[in-house]
Amino acid sequence: MNKLNGIHLAHNKGTKKCETIDFPLPKSVIIPMSQHMGAPCDSLVKKGDEVTVGQKIGDSGAFMSAPIHSSVSGKVTDVTDYLLPNGSVCKAVVIETDGQQTVCPDLRPPVINDRQSLIAAVRDCGLTGLGGAGFPTHVKLNYDPAKTPVDTLVINAAECEPYITSDYRELMENSNDIIEGILLVQKYMGIPMCKLCIENNKPDAIELMKEKTAEIGSIDIVTLPSEYPQGAEKVIVYSATGRIVAEGELPSHQGVMVMNVSTVSHIYRYSQDGIPLVKRRITFDGDAVSENKGNYFVPIGTRVSELLAHGKAEDAKKILYGGPMMGMCLYDTEQPVTKTTNAILAFRNGELPKTTACIRCGKCVRTCPFGLMPLMIEKAYNAKDVEELKKLKVMLCMNCGCCSYACPAHRPLAEINQLAKGLIPRK
Amino acid sequence: MNGLFVSPSPHRATTMSTARIMLMVILSLLPSAIAGCVFFGPRAAAVLAVCVISCVAFEALSRKIMKREQTVSDLSAIVTGLLLGMNLPATTPLYIAVIGSFIAIVIAKQLFGGIGQNFANPALVARIVLMLSFTESMSTWVVPYWYTEAVDTTTGATPLTASWINYTESGVAYKMAPFTLGEMLWGETGGCIGETCAIALIAGGVFLIVTGIISAATPVAFIGSYALLTFIYTGSAVETLYGVLAGGLLIGAFFMATDYATTPVTTKGKIIFGLGCGLMTFIIRTFGSYPEGVSFAILLMNLLTPYIDKLTLTTPFGAKKPVKKAEEK
Repeated sequence: MNKLNGIHLAHNKGTKKCETIDFPLPKSVIIPMSQHMGAPCDSLVKKGDEVTVGQKIGDSGAFMSAPIHSSVSGKVTDVTDYLLPNGSVCKAVVIETDGQQTVCPDLRPPVINDRQSLIAAVRDCGLTGLGGAGFPTHVKLNYDPAKTPVDTLVINAAECEPYITSDYRELMENSNDIIEGILLVQKYMGIPMCKLCIENNKPDAIELMKEKTAEIGSIDIVTLPSEYPQGAEKVIVYSATGRIVAEGELPSHQGVMVMNVSTVSHIYRYSQDGIPLVKRRITFDGDAVSENKGNYFVPIGTRVSELLAHGKAEDAKKILYGGPMMGMCLYDTEQPVTKTTNAILAFRNGELPKTTACIRCGKCVRTCPFGLMPLMIEKAYNAKDVEELKKLKVMLCMNCGCCSYACPAHRPLAEINQLAKGLIPRK
Repeated sequence: MNGLFVSPSPHRATTMSTARIMLMVILSLLPSAIAGCVFFGPRAAAVLAVCVISCVAFEALSRKIMKREQTVSDLSAIVTGLLLGMNLPATTPLYIAVIGSFIAIVIAKQLFGGIGQNFANPALVARIVLMLSFTESMSTWVVPYWYTEAVDTTTGATPLTASWINYTESGVAYKMAPFTLGEMLWGETGGCIGETCAIALIAGGVFLIVTGIISAATPVAFIGSYALLTFIYTGSAVETLYGVLAGGLLIGAFFMATDYATTPVTTKGKIIFGLGCGLMTFIIRTFGSYPEGVSFAILLMNLLTPYIDKLTLTTPFGAKKPVKKAEEK
């Protein structure tokens, strides 16, 4: 088994010892009707409506979607247009909190007794991947076992991005929920084996999970090397099972389903209390945050400006959703924490070194986990040579950013790969 | 809050830069350059200085004239100047050194677009042009320490031009090398300023490999294939070792055949490049009319680099070969 390429980054996991605390309830939240890939939800509430915690406020008939629930109790003050970080516009529900946090009286723990009821429950929960990419979890579960039988559940607790410790805190604080969640999914999905994968920079988490699963034969703890991007889906499947998810395939084609560690434990909690995904743990860190760095349970829809005020991060120049390698920049501090936000990082300096000419050192090729050739892709992109781009397999790029990071000429290679993908006509 | 900085990911970058890479290459060349100055005296130092200064000047001037962004701070012109000087005899007239720098920087590098865009190693092109244009000056070799001795004859042979001594002892024919192994390793032989001290060159090359600036693939393939062919042809380990240490093989293999812009990107490509260089050097040295073939070998392989690159594309992880469309009925 060949080792995939990658890069070594400073871990900067300064918040790893910070136990998760509840973030103070904000006066108002803004909940976008599109928080991940897939179809946006339609708002089910209108201005003036009273809502409660866990009440469904957005849903869609589309398959690739997950319902959205209110994270607070209070009054809808507006249903407004909201500019998403990816440039498109969706509706967003603005709710003024009443401070009571009254839980929706209709919420009941779901009845799960087979595969279909598990999938239905996961959808009702509004659950999406909590690791960052945010694939609706019920869509992932809804593979066809006749066509693509899955024999291995890979639980992703690699957390290879610097700074972020939210999955680590899940491992340390909620290890029983994780194990129960895994067993629940294994039981109803009929998946015999589970591999829980943790990077070796979290030895105490590995030890704890090994201890807790010592009696459970179907859960295997896999220690991954601390090398970015171990947590990328295809990389972790390869590291855990040796299987290669080929071009155009999903992990289920190789008999694998990958789920983030916080996602799987949330399934268990939902099965017990019936409270959908209305708050999540985030890591709040970065050199612009002068106090109160740490891990917080934050109601979905909390504006990042509330966090920044809490951390006295007045001179933040670059604020990220997620980690420094794949995270997305905020254009406005009034943007909210969403289901897919695993960290808010605020930095004083956002500028990158100046770009110089490519010297063909080949560092981009040697760091690409998938063995792509970003320097050739850049040339083909500049020439708008679609055939060459197809030959160079630019569509395989997962935008991990290793090439841009490693380039001594500081060329924005990962960005160019994404632009180049746009030149290739979709089938 | 206003004035947020927005950019696509990643938001971190390596501290490596082109200038730092060039600085490492300069450091790795220094031991051999200093050895050359010790062996061949102040005259050698003057040649090196003229080459470096004129290369930097030509770089700055041509960028200015072409109204392009100034690139002199990336230090690549210093590397070219140093390499060019190290590939010249110590007695090279200084105006020839300036002409060489002009050819290297202006003709071979800047006319093709500057750093990363040249098709052949600038220092190498300059050396070849000078060798063909000023053959006499370029093949006059002084003996080491010539500047300290008040002897009449200061010119001598290089390990590649000197003839081997044939003699017979007890009916068995022997060949004796004109220089001892110690002299070859230490570099106390005739030759270009920076090519004689094998120990310094190997140390510089190993430094670049260990620090990850260059890949070991090219020098290993280059030196290995040359040594193997020479050993098969001569059947003599002494002659093989002598050939490896002689002339420009080490400086070429470690410092010129590893130039990023003019050599293949992938390891597979680098091995092919090195093998080609080794083969060509062997053929020219053994059968050609020039005593030295390293420059021509590398130049020829430089020309083949785009084709080697095309033939050695990586196979991406999980990539599927394009499926041929089913024939229509």
